[in-house]
Amino acid sequence: MNEIPVSIKINGKQVTASVESRTLLVHFIREQAELTGTHVGCDSSSCGVCTVLLDGDKPVKSCTMFAVMAHGHEITTVESLAPGGVLHPLQQAFWDQHGLQCGYCTPGMLMTSVALLKHNPNPTEHEIREGLSGNLCRCTGYNNIVKSIQQAAGVMSQAIPAAADD
Amino acid sequence: MFPASFEYVRAHTTDEAFAALQQHGFDGRVLAGGQSLIPAMRYRLARPAVLVDINPIKDLEFLKEENGFLRIGATTRDAALEFAPWILQRYSLITAVSKVVADPIVRHMGTVVGSVCHNDPAGDWTATSLASRAVMVVRGKNGLREVPIDEFLVDSYTTAVEEGEMALELKIPIPDAHTQGSYQKIERKVGDYATCAAAVQISLNADGTIRQAGIAITAAGPIAMRVAAAEAMLVGQKPSLELIKAAAAEAPKIASPNADQRGSSEYKKDMTRVLVGRGITEALQRLGVNA
Repeated sequence: MNEIPVSIKINGKQVTASVESRTLLVHFIREQAELTGTHVGCDSSSCGVCTVLLDGDKPVKSCTMFAVMAHGHEITTVESLAPGGVLHPLQQAFWDQHGLQCGYCTPGMLMTSVALLKHNPNPTEHEIREGLSGNLCRCTGYNNIVKSIQQAAGVMSQAIPAAADD
Repeated sequence: MFPASFEYVRAHTTDEAFAALQQHGFDGRVLAGGQSLIPAMRYRLARPAVLVDINPIKDLEFLKEENGFLRIGATTRDAALEFAPWILQRYSLITAVSKVVADPIVRHMGTVVGSVCHNDPAGDWTATSLASRAVMVVRGKNGLREVPIDEFLVDSYTTAVEEGEMALELKIPIPDAHTQGSYQKIERKVGDYATCAAAVQISLNADGTIRQAGIAITAAGPIAMRVAAAEAMLVGQKPSLELIKAAAAEAPKIASPNADQRGSSEYKKDMTRVLVGRGITEALQRLGVNA
């Protein structure tokens, strides 16, 4: 066995474990960090339900990364979005707009949306649809997901006034 | 599925990575973004014994212009090109490609150099490299060498990178003010392999004749291919609709696509013609020429 010590800061907490080099990041998150909000979907890098943020703002598919590659990096998962149980504006918007049916794809949709709104706080509908094109949902047909992100973008841009030189 | 076991080597410098690759020979494989390699390993289509992770090598993550070339380092992500405003302003071919490679999430990990080294028959960056006449910098036993893209792309999943060697960067000539490009891709859905795609780059002389043409097709055979006959037909000529049609008609002559769920061989061949034609037309429009 090629066990290797891996230490990753997940949602601000350092998680250290020895794992096989072939361990995928998503399994490290679910089994070592015991955070099961990040789902495994297609097993072929297509569906995006396993999306997490690498080093704050880069959405990555955690099923297409070895845990060893994240050693020394920071990972943010869906569990970080609602500290103290207060929903993130995106989570609230998914609730308000019925942005989910079965909810399986939602963690990935949320994390991709967090990154999308960080890069582009006021995306057009087209930009939202393009930004989500790496995330598959098999129930909602996407319209309500797009509406959710539009609602959240509105709420978040009101909450944080743009800088004068923005 | 889980990939097969492998020995992991974390390289912090190019020297470390190169030493590991030299030591392990054909058993060793470079791990960059991993967006093609890891899925292949999960399907057990690839079973490298040793992976040399070059992601920690900070010296290989760069995107800069120097001595007439855009230099793209081995760990520079697709997203770095997609989100660089100066790329958007001056590199129309690269801008077009960088928005349609895989999907937006994959582009945050996937690398340009890794994609060219993977040399998938449906690769976007391979066709782009052909159209823009890129050069790959490869480190071997005798030091660095620069390999023109036509020599670099050998066959499906095979490049000029030999046993124990590694690619360090891709160099793309900086387009001048009279050069524009276009990327035309048909895909069933985002993230799927292209049904067919074409990369085009056109440079004009001051008198309006075509100085240089780069035309390549991908997902149309075992490897991305330069449509040399089309390029030769365009150079020295004034753009016209007839000329574009004649050049585009050269693409299906060299295409040998496989029939699959994305279309018949005949359909894909004809799409090489259509996409090359659209690509030339769009590149010319960007140069202010409506043929």
